[in-house]
Amino acid sequence: MEFRNTVLENGLEIIAEVNPSAFSLSLGYFVKTGSRDESPKIAGVSHFLEHMMFKGTARRTSVDVNRELDDLGSQSNAYTSEEQTVYYMSVLPEHQEHATDLLSDMMRPSLREEDFQMERQVILEEIAMYDDQPPYGAMERAMEEYFGDHPLSRRVLGTRDSVGQLDADEMRAYHAARYAPNNLTLVAAGAVDFESLVDSAKRMTSHWQPSQTQRALATPRATSSSIALTHPPATQCYTLQYSPGAGYGSENRYVLRVLSTILGDDTGSRLFWDLVDNGLAESAVAFTQEFEDCGLFCTYLACSPQQKESNWEILQNILASANDTPISEREIELAKNKICSGMILGSERPSNRLFSVGNAWLNREKYETVAEAAQHYKKVTRDQLQESFAALIHRVNVTVTVSPE
Amino acid sequence: MQQAVFHHRFSNGLVLLGEPMPWLESVAFTLLTPVGTAHEPSDREGLAGLTLEMMQRGAGEFDSREIVEELDFLGVERSSGVTTFHTSISMAAMKSVLEPTLRLAVSMIRDPHFPPDELEEAKQSSLLELAALEDDPAQKCFKELKRARFGDIHGRSSLGTEEGLVATDLSDCQSFWRNRFGADGAILSVAGNFQWDALLKLTEDLLGDWTVVENIQRPHVTASGNVKHIHHESQQTHIALAYDSVPYQHPDYYHGRGLVGILSDGMSSRLFVEVREKRGLVYAVSASAHSLDSCGSVLCYAGTTTPRAQETLEVTLETIANIGKGIEPDELSRLKSRVRTSLVMEQESSSSRSSQMAYDWVYLGRVPSRQEVLQEVDKLSCESLLSHFQKYPPRNWTMVTIGQEALELPHGIS
Repeated sequence: MEFRNTVLENGLEIIAEVNPSAFSLSLGYFVKTGSRDESPKIAGVSHFLEHMMFKGTARRTSVDVNRELDDLGSQSNAYTSEEQTVYYMSVLPEHQEHATDLLSDMMRPSLREEDFQMERQVILEEIAMYDDQPPYGAMERAMEEYFGDHPLSRRVLGTRDSVGQLDADEMRAYHAARYAPNNLTLVAAGAVDFESLVDSAKRMTSHWQPSQTQRALATPRATSSSIALTHPPATQCYTLQYSPGAGYGSENRYVLRVLSTILGDDTGSRLFWDLVDNGLAESAVAFTQEFEDCGLFCTYLACSPQQKESNWEILQNILASANDTPISEREIELAKNKICSGMILGSERPSNRLFSVGNAWLNREKYETVAEAAQHYKKVTRDQLQESFAALIHRVNVTVTVSPE
Repeated sequence: MQQAVFHHRFSNGLVLLGEPMPWLESVAFTLLTPVGTAHEPSDREGLAGLTLEMMQRGAGEFDSREIVEELDFLGVERSSGVTTFHTSISMAAMKSVLEPTLRLAVSMIRDPHFPPDELEEAKQSSLLELAALEDDPAQKCFKELKRARFGDIHGRSSLGTEEGLVATDLSDCQSFWRNRFGADGAILSVAGNFQWDALLKLTEDLLGDWTVVENIQRPHVTASGNVKHIHHESQQTHIALAYDSVPYQHPDYYHGRGLVGILSDGMSSRLFVEVREKRGLVYAVSASAHSLDSCGSVLCYAGTTTPRAQETLEVTLETIANIGKGIEPDELSRLKSRVRTSLVMEQESSSSRSSQMAYDWVYLGRVPSRQEVLQEVDKLSCESLLSHFQKYPPRNWTMVTIGQEALELPHGIS
């Protein structure tokens, strides 16, 4: 296993974790852009653009793009989050050059008007699909409420209105600003021929022009609030609570990840034993979300409307039990084993390593082997956990509940 | 694609399958027993799932909580489930902990405690899972499709019914386990980093004396065409379709699977292009090959907002029918390329390999090598795929829709 990296003259960074004994390689463009980089008027453009990137380039029609992706036998896809847009594929080593050519070409899409109008319909269907699914927009509503005028308040998919009113020129301008080479990283993992990767990327991207891309960072100023929404077709009740957590740059992120595993993993945690295993709730979990300038500590409860109040009280009591039921060494050992073995088992596929390596580099400008990454969790102490646990109850929080009535 | 697959049949009927993948650090296994929802009494739907849940709430030397803690301590990723004819427990872990992990899984199957004070909690969990499905119309659509297509016994959901779960007591679970779970027909499938000789000895120790229970005769599964609509105040209408195809053990299976690939594998597949790319009707549309005993089906899904649902259905059906007009050579070449890639990549996952081997054994009584699968797929031609489509045209349609308005299957589709 060897880490390689270089930066091209136009600012495009290329990184790879080379594993000569792997059967395949995974390749991805990680773009540092997402919903937080949008203005309210163009909310949803990052995600809409992600769809449009598959619609053809100067050299390829949309049919060509889709056929070539399948021709390579690849498993390919893309996703958009608040802070990132990622395009990735897994291929056999003999297809590395073709895959690099295709993926690089896709980063300079045609963005044709006709395709734009057609794809808008697909996006609106996607919005409708998520609106119909639990927790029925509670996450988006909680983000809006928690972050207020902070850019992280914006919905990744946008809204029916913003997507409905977006025009192709706005998307073209956004693409020109955000898809500059200095805002992209080409990431590879597995059986990578690094020299050849760099050569292909140079050839494909030499005409890309760098730009001044920036991201506005700010500390969110959340205040506690509680919102009750109704969704009559629902049969169950869904409650989501967001409170401050740790951002990517904070060492405390590892503490909070271990703490959320102990308190609220989907099996074997305190919430699991007191709410899920005994059949009181369908789901009761705690998890963290991390961003560049801040983070969230989140709890989620799904149960019948009749049991919502009593279950929520149990959940809150667990979060407030730092003094009464301090964290035990056994809980810490189990949580660390669970996290670290999950990392090791997952690392056997290059497609999983792609995201670990890419995210560590983008978010923390670091390369770490699986063993090095696991060390961060192993170093977390009981005192650190106990301190974060005791602080939970004093944090501001935003709670959103969705009920049938 | 070098490969060695070992198998051994113990005198009690248990089959051990093993594929060493020494390049991995992990090892994974699937322990499959031939007990499923089809074997539940008709007034106890949900019993198989509840019994499996109870088997994990205390077994061997561990109580319910200790099992979870031990698995977390060992760093085991696990899942379990019930299908129409089988119950499975699957686990993946680092190679160094294979023995304690397998020992624990075997104790769930052979030595469950069935603690009386946990039954109500297990039942409540199952009831909540069932209730949660009401808020997931896409999943519910497939649960209803299975019922409509395969009938009251073979169309059962592993989640059971409210009546069945409420009626079940501890003695139902205990006698279901005692009378049904045994070595005959059971499969232990292991893939990853392990030594075959040591595994054979360990399995002999753990399961060699597992008793044989009355061999369960599989009833013959039949599929029937049906149309059902369920009203739901959702923005989208969810469409689930099924039609006859060949099952996994059929000599022409790769033709049937190949046609599903032409329809639905990848972004250049016909359903994706016709329904989503050209018309923007959906975000999600797909087809998959499904086998239930000797009954093969193609299952399709599309989700779209209500005003466009009828058009989506019609375009989907037309796209399927248009296969009869021929298959392009480049479609076939993409299909073969995808199969080859996925076979190579299968070597990167012990979990997917162990479950695939168990599935192979259930349907074929053997485990085909990757080379053999590749050769079979290489034999496919545009002509042979087309003649397969003509020989087994889509028929015997089942459709379940969930949404604000019922849809109509066009004339001539039955």
